[in-house]
Amino acid sequence: MLQFYEPQKDYGTPASLSNETVTLNIDGVAVSVPEGTSVMRAAAEAGIKVPKLCATDSLEVFGSCRMCMVEIEGRKGYPASCTTPAENGMVVNTQTDKVADLRRNVMELYISDHPLDCLTCPTNGNCELQDTAGEVGLREVRYGYEGNNHLDAEKDQSNPYFTFDASKCIVCSRCVRACEETQGTFALTIDGRGFASTVSPGQKESFMDSDCVSCGACVSACPTATLTENTIIKLGQPEHSVITTCAYCGVGCSFKAEMRGNTVVNMTPWKDGKANEGHACVKGRFAFGYATHQDRITSPMVRDSIEDEWREVSWDEAFSFAAERMRSIQQKHGNNSIGAISSSRCTNEEVWLVQKLVRAGFGNNNIDTCARVCHSPTGYGLKTTLGESAGTQSFASVAQTDVVMVMGSNPTDAHPVFGSRLKKRLREGAKLIIVDPRKIELVDAPHVKADYHLPVRPGTNVAFINAMAHVIIDEGLEASAFIAERCETPAFEQWRTFISDSKHSPEATESITGIPAADIRAAARLFATGGNAAIYYGLGVTEHSQGSTAVMGIANLAMLTGNIGREGVGVNPMRGQNNVQGSCDMGSFPHELPGYRHISDGDTRSLFERDWQVGLDPEPGLRIPNMFDAAIDGEFKGLYCHGEDIAQSDPNTHHVEAALSSLECLIVQDLFLNETAKFAHVFFPGSSFLEKDGTFTNAERRISPVRQAMPPKAGLADWEATLGFAKALDVDMHYDHPSEIMDEISRLMPTFDGVNYDKLDTDGSIQWPCNDEAPDGTPTMHINEFVRGKGFFAVTEYVPTDERANRKFPLLLTTGRILSQYNVGAQTRRTENNRWHSEDIIELHPHDAEERGISDGDWAGIKSRVGDTVLRAKVSENIQPGVVYTTFHFPESGANVITTDNSDWATNCPEYKVTAVQICKVTAPSAWQERQQAFNEQQQSLLKKVRRQDESSHTPS
Amino acid sequence: MITVYVPRDTTACALGADAVAKAISAEAAKRNIALNLVRNGSRGLFWLETLVEVATDKGRVAYGPVNDTDVSALFDAGFLEGKDGHLALGLTEDIPYLKNQQRVNFVRAGIIDPLNVDDYKAHGGYAGLTRALAMQPQAIVDEVKESGLRGRGGAAFPAGIKWQTVHDTPPQQKYIVCNADEGDSGTFADRLLMEADPLQLIEGMTIAGLAVGATQGYIYLRSEYPKAHDVLKSALANAYAAGYLGDNIADSGKHFDLEVRLGAGAYICGEETSLLDSLEGKRGMVRAKPPLPAIVGLFGQPTVINNVLTLASVSSIFEKGAAHYKSLGVGRSTGTLPMQLAGNIKRGGIVELAFGNTLRSLLEDFGGGTLSGKAIKAVQVGGPLGAYLPESALDISLDYESFAAASAMLGHGGVVVFDESADMLEQARFAMEFCVVESCGKCTPCRVGSTRGVEVIDKIRDGKERDNNLILLEDLCETMEFGSLCAMGGLTPFPVRSAIKHFPEDFGG
Repeated sequence: MLQFYEPQKDYGTPASLSNETVTLNIDGVAVSVPEGTSVMRAAAEAGIKVPKLCATDSLEVFGSCRMCMVEIEGRKGYPASCTTPAENGMVVNTQTDKVADLRRNVMELYISDHPLDCLTCPTNGNCELQDTAGEVGLREVRYGYEGNNHLDAEKDQSNPYFTFDASKCIVCSRCVRACEETQGTFALTIDGRGFASTVSPGQKESFMDSDCVSCGACVSACPTATLTENTIIKLGQPEHSVITTCAYCGVGCSFKAEMRGNTVVNMTPWKDGKANEGHACVKGRFAFGYATHQDRITSPMVRDSIEDEWREVSWDEAFSFAAERMRSIQQKHGNNSIGAISSSRCTNEEVWLVQKLVRAGFGNNNIDTCARVCHSPTGYGLKTTLGESAGTQSFASVAQTDVVMVMGSNPTDAHPVFGSRLKKRLREGAKLIIVDPRKIELVDAPHVKADYHLPVRPGTNVAFINAMAHVIIDEGLEASAFIAERCETPAFEQWRTFISDSKHSPEATESITGIPAADIRAAARLFATGGNAAIYYGLGVTEHSQGSTAVMGIANLAMLTGNIGREGVGVNPMRGQNNVQGSCDMGSFPHELPGYRHISDGDTRSLFERDWQVGLDPEPGLRIPNMFDAAIDGEFKGLYCHGEDIAQSDPNTHHVEAALSSLECLIVQDLFLNETAKFAHVFFPGSSFLEKDGTFTNAERRISPVRQAMPPKAGLADWEATLGFAKALDVDMHYDHPSEIMDEISRLMPTFDGVNYDKLDTDGSIQWPCNDEAPDGTPTMHINEFVRGKGFFAVTEYVPTDERANRKFPLLLTTGRILSQYNVGAQTRRTENNRWHSEDIIELHPHDAEERGISDGDWAGIKSRVGDTVLRAKVSENIQPGVVYTTFHFPESGANVITTDNSDWATNCPEYKVTAVQICKVTAPSAWQERQQAFNEQQQSLLKKVRRQDESSHTPS
Repeated sequence: MITVYVPRDTTACALGADAVAKAISAEAAKRNIALNLVRNGSRGLFWLETLVEVATDKGRVAYGPVNDTDVSALFDAGFLEGKDGHLALGLTEDIPYLKNQQRVNFVRAGIIDPLNVDDYKAHGGYAGLTRALAMQPQAIVDEVKESGLRGRGGAAFPAGIKWQTVHDTPPQQKYIVCNADEGDSGTFADRLLMEADPLQLIEGMTIAGLAVGATQGYIYLRSEYPKAHDVLKSALANAYAAGYLGDNIADSGKHFDLEVRLGAGAYICGEETSLLDSLEGKRGMVRAKPPLPAIVGLFGQPTVINNVLTLASVSSIFEKGAAHYKSLGVGRSTGTLPMQLAGNIKRGGIVELAFGNTLRSLLEDFGGGTLSGKAIKAVQVGGPLGAYLPESALDISLDYESFAAASAMLGHGGVVVFDESADMLEQARFAMEFCVVESCGKCTPCRVGSTRGVEVIDKIRDGKERDNNLILLEDLCETMEFGSLCAMGGLTPFPVRSAIKHFPEDFGG
């Protein structure tokens, strides 16, 4: 919703969760608040504002500024209202002559050491110090300004996104506390004491040299101009704001896009956003510059062949060009010769339209999505065992967890805002089991230490999860009553017989998993008996030949220990992209209509047929890998690729490139000329999340609004472009606003029955299922019974992957993410985030490095059974011997040139996490890299020509 | 064999006790005399250090102050037989400075070998613990309440009430923490007690553990007390060895572990919440109260935190009973307070008296007036944050209530004397400057106010807008007193205001 810019209301101290109520009297007003509420917050809730500087409701009370002194009848002195708990019968006066004098005198001390440059200060108009000085009526500083001061303190401008101006610091420690309490990084401290106290990153390092992860929590917490976003310094304060949802990872943080006209000046994490509660990471908070980057393509383009120059055309021309080609392909090669890939970065509404276009317009089910390559095993595994293809909890649930098991997930890098939430709970004493081949940050971070780090060998997750379950059965630690009441008995008995076999014991599988049996036994005991236990897992589980099996093993473990169906427990897939959950929900699978209902089911199909007034093909369509194979075989000729860069993100690049080159019509809709677009014939310029309305669904099934903050750069939002394309194909689809698409979704999906834009406006966000049974949504699933009725224990036989290390390929490559870059990097590479990570590197253990004569910074050639590439090496003990690790944020890295066609047996999710490789020291890029560079240069020049024309003719976009 | 006592405490050593001890051993060897040289704690008569004592049939005979150069002459004068003559002071017990004291905490100081558990027991040690072991925790707390014991660190909060809160907080890991960060200028009672009779403190903390259900104690010792550190470490080891610490205290099956931890040189860590932060390994910063440390203390757990003398007093309360302890003192100030005479005073040292004596008697009868011989101008009681009292106020009774009524504080019992040559504006400035140096920097009145205080006093001294700046200084004092988070900033105005009030002439008035 659009609103005038105003700071979010700050109650000063965190809310108390007590059920007991106390009633007190503040300035003659009776106020009832939960026991444990501060006098300051009680006053704020009654609409009485007590001056404050060091207090803010996102941080624990501190009591240092002394601006909030009040008088309390029967008490000596002038207690600080922030640190004084409200009590029954208390009579508080917040405005007396005496406290007014004291507050003014304290403010006088502050201002005696503060620059008097308000008019030229970047936070002029949005400064708590300025406001408070006004509130207390400071009129003069009797100490003068010639005394000792910090006015000459130097600015730290090392961070690309914010400036630290120590001359404006009032040493309230809000930044230090935010770094500790909110983010959990502990990068900041106060150096020196007394008057010499100053905020210091690390031990007097610069922000960039310190442990700072640039999450911006300190900047948000700062009540003065000391820590200010560089965009604010450059552009000034915003004049209006739009509440929307971040388009990076699956956490789905809520933000206030703070605007000047159509320019974003700041992205402030929204306190009322349930996924993030006012926190953010370096990507969502600062890395939004890609949306206005010069590389954005803002005009539709077409060309006959990929050897040709691009031609800028009108939208209508592009639509007819694309429609004609697609229709003629179908005429020539049959109905099934075209298809589409929907985008997990686009909105639910846009994904809905793309799959509808395929089913109702293309007349087939050739629709797939990038979830194919990330969490398709989650959909399959959880549907099979629990009955619903989604995580079971809210993020907030972790606050009630006693034992956390993190498996194949690296939250502090890939889901940083959840990572901070998790770290907070761990600091409170929750136990931690990490299952990961690498020593991820959580294994040993400030004030967080894993109780068990189980360094599983890549590809052996199922053997590990079976060993955990075996121990629990073997030692009689299972939740028998839960299993008897909630799960299918015959399946459990069958599974029990299976798992009891001693071949699943940790002792028997130690040589497979590489994890000491004693550690597994201890971890299993902890998991089964340590209270509320929750599992958080990521692509380290799914992206395997047995990804679906491992997901089922995880669900088994949760059911076995009764850890499902309440707060603090559950099975939590950490979704990679912002709308992976949503794109799956919206029916982006070739075999499933929206809501995970099989296409062969006549009842469901006829529901859609009636609503859409069109007949639907009952046969499942092609999955992404099938599309590639069919393209190479000449059977699949046209693809509408909507906001996904398959050329960079999908495995076995050689194969993908061959498939793309075989297409007669490749339509790419994206913000940038990405790797896939270099093979395209039609380019529909995409719109960023700031340019359209819609919804995203995050990893906790939370549907959050995406709201337009600026007009689409290319004139049409993505949903409008799809509609235009549909119209050119003579497909009957008409909507005036995405809310109408949501109305259709809600009409056709029982789990979305109660969802509409009005409700989203009122509630802020909704966790599906939302229907008559759960009118306000469903934070926790499977409470009294599983969605499928009884929980199903699936037998999870461990089958080793075909991808094995041998003498020729002795190392196992696994891939992952890094904090500052996102996925294929199309967005983050076009921001200052490159300052943290400007290239992909290959990490290897010192032992493996030494054997190969490789040192830090050397070029390392990495060769697998399918390809080879060259990356710079980093020698690291974070990785175990025999395993190497890289990321795939940069196209020139060619990480997927090496990854293979192996995939999950059930869903074809690629086995990104296990590739047998050999590494040797080299001095030149690989042949593929040289080809890629040449191809890239060619395609850029074909683009540049059109862009130059564009600039000279001043064609409006 | 003749026994000779040479103190090993910090003050005596600073005055050459080690050299004296060495000289005595050497001289005895030279003269082929076998003697038993005991390094005791000091008697606290620091003006007589090095005070050498010789055990005789009549009792211990004192000689002092002895320098190593005096040793040969002492032998010649027959000091080993307790003869009068060179530096002879007669029987130690009869020295009026000592004889006229009412020693409870320091009753064994200088008499026993501080590290010897048997010696300690022979002089009444561990009788209190033995009694407490037979009592229910609530009964122990009740006895402390009954004694009227109040915190000796300065705030004088009733110890029994604090203990009751910890006792009543639901069972968790509870802690006993001893605040041995004795940082006030002119104070040394804690140090002397730890060096001369450390087992008394250890016993008191053990009783506290029994009372509230704490199984772990920490002595937080300032790093500037290396000798006390050595003595405590040895005493703790000996107490463990004798079965008075550990998981089976005196075969009772009860458990109490105790260790000593060193501070890092910050005055503010004598403030209890900063101390807890420091003990947790953090930067020592004052915590806001509530929550009280008794409920949320060390590592967030219920914690008794008391001063050395408070916890040590518990031993004698249990040895002789609450009634006996309560019979000493006046009104709500029960028991004794070891006063520490320092500054410009003729006879500096520990004077332990029941509450109720006058300050004048302390300074004149015990202290013997100023060292310089000039008239007393001002006396600062209670450390660097205590008020300055003028000569005319010296008849004040040494008890908590009388001092509070005079806008002053007894604090930890430190007394620093100034003669008429003192410039009280400089002393007021020093108070602010001390705060500049030692403020933790958390709250604004203390962090910024102290620096501005020094600057304003400088302006007054320089005659710049004197009247306006005196008003500003008073406003600042009020802001610091009422606005500061802890006593550091809150009490800094006391010496400043009292200096202005009693000595206006030093401020250009």
